[in-house]
Amino acid sequence: MGGANIRRFGLCLAVGLTLLLTSPGAGATNDPVLVPDVSSRTIDIKYSFTGVELLLFGAIIYPDGRAPNEQTDIVVVIKGPTRPIRLREKQRVAGVWVNADSVRFGSAPGYYAVASSRPISDMLDERTAAIYEIGLNSLSLSPAEFEDNAQLRRFANGLVDLKQRQSLYLESGGSVEITRGALYRARLMIPAQVPVGRYTAETFLISNGNIIAVASRDIDIRKTGIDRFLALAAENYGLFYGLAAVALSLGLGWLAGWMFRKF
Amino acid sequence: MDLYLPVANMSVNVFMMLALGGMVGVLSGMFGVGGGFLTTPLLIFFGIPPTVAVASAASQVTGASVSGMFAHWQRGGVDTRMGAVLIAGGVFGSLFGAVLFEWLQSLGQIDTVIALLYLILLGSIGAMMLRESLRTVLAVKRGTPLQARKRRHHPLVSMLPMRWRFYQSGLYMSPIAPFALGFLTGIMTMLLGVGGGFIMVPAMLYILGMGAQVVVGTSLFQILFTTITATMVHSLTTKAVDIVLALLLLIGGVIGAQVGARLAMRANPAKLRLGLAIVVLLVALRMAIGLAWRPDEIYTIQWL
Repeated sequence: MGGANIRRFGLCLAVGLTLLLTSPGAGATNDPVLVPDVSSRTIDIKYSFTGVELLLFGAIIYPDGRAPNEQTDIVVVIKGPTRPIRLREKQRVAGVWVNADSVRFGSAPGYYAVASSRPISDMLDERTAAIYEIGLNSLSLSPAEFEDNAQLRRFANGLVDLKQRQSLYLESGGSVEITRGALYRARLMIPAQVPVGRYTAETFLISNGNIIAVASRDIDIRKTGIDRFLALAAENYGLFYGLAAVALSLGLGWLAGWMFRKF
Repeated sequence: MDLYLPVANMSVNVFMMLALGGMVGVLSGMFGVGGGFLTTPLLIFFGIPPTVAVASAASQVTGASVSGMFAHWQRGGVDTRMGAVLIAGGVFGSLFGAVLFEWLQSLGQIDTVIALLYLILLGSIGAMMLRESLRTVLAVKRGTPLQARKRRHHPLVSMLPMRWRFYQSGLYMSPIAPFALGFLTGIMTMLLGVGGGFIMVPAMLYILGMGAQVVVGTSLFQILFTTITATMVHSLTTKAVDIVLALLLLIGGVIGAQVGARLAMRANPAKLRLGLAIVVLLVALRMAIGLAWRPDEIYTIQWL
């Protein structure tokens, strides 16, 4: 898997670079251009799925063909589909831990991973990070039904912490490698429990605290084969699905009883 | 070897789930209970979402009770009339349980209610069984067997109107009592993923006053139909039955149940009940710790 990815990575880069370097139109403006790609644009979840490592890579093309002197950084963000959620907080009531407080978040991403060449707070101010949703502290969660900012911050941190321990949110500063100021690559883990849907992989080029180039790619994560069939059946054909589950349990129970009577 | 569960949206270790099903199966075959009260908490412990755990555990109980029920049926150990009344109560109970489940879910209290119900039910029944079985074991040791308890139903049951004859159980009583018992078990099957045998059997003996020769068979008969109803209701409402998880649990469970039933034939019944009492109390203790200790996860997510 890793070997194949790397081979593909090299091939794509070679093709991409040749195309861009030889086409005169690429340097029409003074801004650098990002040419991103991902190791797989569709991720199929099937019975053996235990998560996958995504390789995000690409090239930074400068109009004059030379990297500037000041340091440039790359941030890669993968974001899954957002869903409205209610986050509940347990508190101790009469000696028992029960759900007490809750906040509604209108748009919590099901998956969010960010990799950068340096820690995010070192390269971007809070405002810019918030505008582009870069970093776990800058997610726009569209909160509703909360009391004050202190409560909101507590809940947002709680959500991030919970999702981080489920490996569904991750932030790793310093994990993007930049080679000679022109090629970058980062690896991010997609765990088995990811929600399905359309993901976006965004790449940001940052220099002097400013974002000077952005590029994005879509990744589809979907269930395939038997798992897709079963998930759809459970969702849409509850009656037949239930009957199948009942038949399965009756059949297996009866079969075991019959087999043990024989021996 | 890992396998992806399409409804639970996560992957689990196949051997772990087979072993879990098998272990619960052995216990269920040995003690004549469905074993749902062990499967559901263990699944939650392994990180399966509670709703999926409850919904999928019921099918394992169906599988474990089917062959036992046939064995009792063949030797006339099933009072079908009594069973039918219990099942009727069970069907209404599961429907009511489904409404309750949804309501508690919207309040965000389903997890706490599941844990509290487990604690109360398992704690009280485990303590009762422990007391009774210890007494028997000690009495046998001293060589003074206990007087058999006089078989009769609870005075409250005999006050109910409209009496029917239940020939196989040797009872002349109102069907309202078994209906209510079935109703309560139906609610529990829906909320907890248990068959309810550990409540049904003592209730049949001590509240309804049924004859011991039909108690286990009739209880299995009722459990079979109540868990089937619960699986159907879950498939239609919560849509949380994971058939792959159910399959893994069933494979382990049905084999384990047969092994357990063979082991039980060689064991002393009072000691078996003592063993079950200890297992039940351990699960109750685990639930109590979970409620009283600061949980690992303070925050939980509910999809809207």
